[in-house]
Amino acid sequence: MLHVKDLHASVNDKDILKGINLEVNAGEVHAIMGPNGSGKSTLASVIAGKDTFEVSKGELTLNNEDISELGPEERAHKGVFMSFQYPVEIPGVSVTNFIKTAINESRKAKGLKDMPASEMLKFIKEKADLLEIDRKFLSRSLNEGFSGGEKKRNEIFQMAMLEPKLAILDETDSGLDIDALKIVANGVNKLRSKDNAVVVITHYQRLLDYIVPDFVHVLMNGKIVKTGTKELAHELEEKGYDWIKEEINA
Amino acid sequence: MSLKDKLVSSFLAFDDHLEDESPIHDIRSKAIKNFEENGFPTKKEEDWKYTSLKSILKENYSIFPKGENTVELKDVKQYFLHDIDTFKVVFIDGVYSSFLSETTHDSMDICLISSALKKDKYSASIETYYNKIAGEDSLTSLNTAFAKEGAYINIPKNKEVEKPIEIINFVTGKEEALMAQPRNLIIVGENAHVQIIERHQSLTDNAVLTNSVTEIFVEKRAFIDYYKIQNNNSTASLIDSTFISQEQDSNCCLHTFSLGGKLTRNNLKFSQNGEHCDSTLKGITILKDKQHVDHNTLVEHIAPNCESHQDYKGLYSDKSTGVFNGKVIVEKEAQKTNAFQQNNNILIDDKASVNAKPQLEIFADDVKCSHGCTIGQFDEEALFYLRSRGIAKKEAQALLMYAFANTVLESVKIPSLKRRINRIIAEKIGVSIGFNV
Repeated sequence: MLHVKDLHASVNDKDILKGINLEVNAGEVHAIMGPNGSGKSTLASVIAGKDTFEVSKGELTLNNEDISELGPEERAHKGVFMSFQYPVEIPGVSVTNFIKTAINESRKAKGLKDMPASEMLKFIKEKADLLEIDRKFLSRSLNEGFSGGEKKRNEIFQMAMLEPKLAILDETDSGLDIDALKIVANGVNKLRSKDNAVVVITHYQRLLDYIVPDFVHVLMNGKIVKTGTKELAHELEEKGYDWIKEEINA
Repeated sequence: MSLKDKLVSSFLAFDDHLEDESPIHDIRSKAIKNFEENGFPTKKEEDWKYTSLKSILKENYSIFPKGENTVELKDVKQYFLHDIDTFKVVFIDGVYSSFLSETTHDSMDICLISSALKKDKYSASIETYYNKIAGEDSLTSLNTAFAKEGAYINIPKNKEVEKPIEIINFVTGKEEALMAQPRNLIIVGENAHVQIIERHQSLTDNAVLTNSVTEIFVEKRAFIDYYKIQNNNSTASLIDSTFISQEQDSNCCLHTFSLGGKLTRNNLKFSQNGEHCDSTLKGITILKDKQHVDHNTLVEHIAPNCESHQDYKGLYSDKSTGVFNGKVIVEKEAQKTNAFQQNNNILIDDKASVNAKPQLEIFADDVKCSHGCTIGQFDEEALFYLRSRGIAKKEAQALLMYAFANTVLESVKIPSLKRRINRIIAEKIGVSIGFNV
C-alpha cells in the first residue's frame, strides 16, 4: 500500500530524512520508534504532505500512485490520515461541524454529494460511541480547552469518521493516562481491517501492548537502522537505544 | 473651491435658514469658527499620521440633500434585523424616514434629535447633555456646526428596553456625491438597560462622506450594549466619532464591525467618571482592495476600581491598510484599574499593511495594564492540520479566519445580529462553510 524508497527530506537546508525505505501492506501495523530528533514526526508529516519540508529525493507512492507532489488535502482524499501529536485549536468551530466539513470536502473531491444530515448524525453517533465520547463534547469548539487525552481521543474519532486507508498515529500515546490509552488503542483496533494499514510512531513500548505491531522499525538520524517484530520494542524499552548505535558503529 | 471653503461659506446660508431661537445657535457658531481655524486634519498631526483624507476631500459633495428621497422597503429590508422586532430610527440621505422607522415616546424617548432640539419639553435635557462631551477637534466641530438630524434616545431610570434599537443611515445616490453629518444623542438613565445597533449603509456607487458624531451618557449602574456595523460599499467613506461618558457601576460594551468602505476612521473616546465602571471595546475589521480603516481609541480611567477591555481583530487582503491607535490613560486617582488591550492582525496578502500604535499613560501606581499586538500570516501548522483532514486550502484559510475573529463575535449578545454578522463574515471570506454560532 505505502511504498517509501530512499526518501530524503530537509527543512531550511537541514537534512532530516536521509534515505528512508519502508513498505507497508494492507492489513499490517507498523511501529516506528527512535530517540528524540531522529526524524519520526518529520516522516509522518512528509507522508501526510506538509509543505514546509522539501523532499529532495526518493519515491513516495500510495497504492502504486505517486503522491509526492500532492497537497495534504489531496492525500487525505486518497486515504491518508495523520493523527497529530499537537492538534490545533480552532475556536468557534465545533467538533461536529468540523468533521462534517471534512467528510463533505472529501466527498466533493470524489464527485459525491454531501452526506445527508440524518446519515451523518447516525454515523457520528456510532463512532462517538466506539470511542466513548460524550455527546456534549461534540458541540465544543475543536480542541479548544481540551485536555491532552481529549485531544488524542478526538484525533482517533476523526480517523474513525474519515475511514482512511493509511493511518499514521504520531505519538498518540503521549499525554495519555492508562485508561485513555486503552480507549484510544481499542478504537484503533476496532478500525483495523485487512484493507487498511496503521503506522504507529511512538517513544514507548507501552502503546504497543495494546496496538500490537507486525513490524517494529528503529529510526535514527534520518534512517531506518533496524527492523524487527514486536519483541524488538520490548528490547528497546529495556535497553534503550545505545546498543543499536553500537551495533551500527561496529 | 476647496471643500473647506465650500463648507464655511455654506454655513452662513444654513445658519440664516434656521430659526433664530435655536438654543444651539451659539454652539454652532463656535463650532464653525473652530473648523474654519483648524480645517481638515492632515498627516502632519500625530493622530492622523497613517490616514490621509486627501483623496476623499477632492469630491464635489452636495452638503444639503436636495429633498426627501425614498427607498422601497424591499430594497433595504436586508439591512434590518427583520427576524426580530426592533425600534428603528431610519434616515435616508440624512433625512428622517417615518415610513421605515418605528419610534416611541411611551415611557422613554426614541425619536429625532431635530425635534429634541426644537421642542421645549426637551430643552432641559438638551441643555444638560448636548455637545457636552463631544470633542473640539475639527471634524467633530464640523458636525456640530451642520448637524440637524440624528437619533435622540433617552431611557429613563430603571427602564429596561425590551427590544434592540436600530439607527440606520442610508445613502441612496440620488445626489452625485453626498456629505452627511448625522448626530446622535443617547442618554441611558440610572440602572437602565439598552441595546443599540448603528448601521451606515450606502446604496450607491457614488462618493459618500459621512461625518457622524454620537454622544452617549451612561448613568449610574446603567448598561448599554452598542454595535456599529459600518459600510461595506467601496465608494463610501465614514468618519465616526463616538464619545462615551460613564458614571459609577455602569457598563458599556461596544463592538465595531468594519467590513469595507473606501476609508473609515473610528474615534472612540471613553471616560470613566465613577468607580467600578466597565468598558469593553471590540472590533472586527475585514478589508480588501485598497480599503483603509483607522481605529483610534481612547479610554480615560479617571476613578478607581474600573476596568477596560479592548480586543480588535483585523483581516487584511489585497492592498488594504489598517491602523490601530489605542490609548489608555490612567489618572493618578484611578488606583486598582485593570486595563487590557489586544490587537491582532492577519495580513492575507503581501501588499496589505497595518500600523499599530498602542499607548499607555499611567499616573497611578497600583494598576494592572497590558497591551499586546500581533501582525502575522496564517499559522502554517493550523493550515496543515485542516488540509490533512481533506479541507481544501481556501476553505481551510476561511475556517482559520473565522476562528481568529471568533473571540470578538462570541460576545455579541443579540443572537439575530450574531447570525447576521456571521453570515456577512462568511460572505466576505468567500465560503459557505457551516459555521456554528
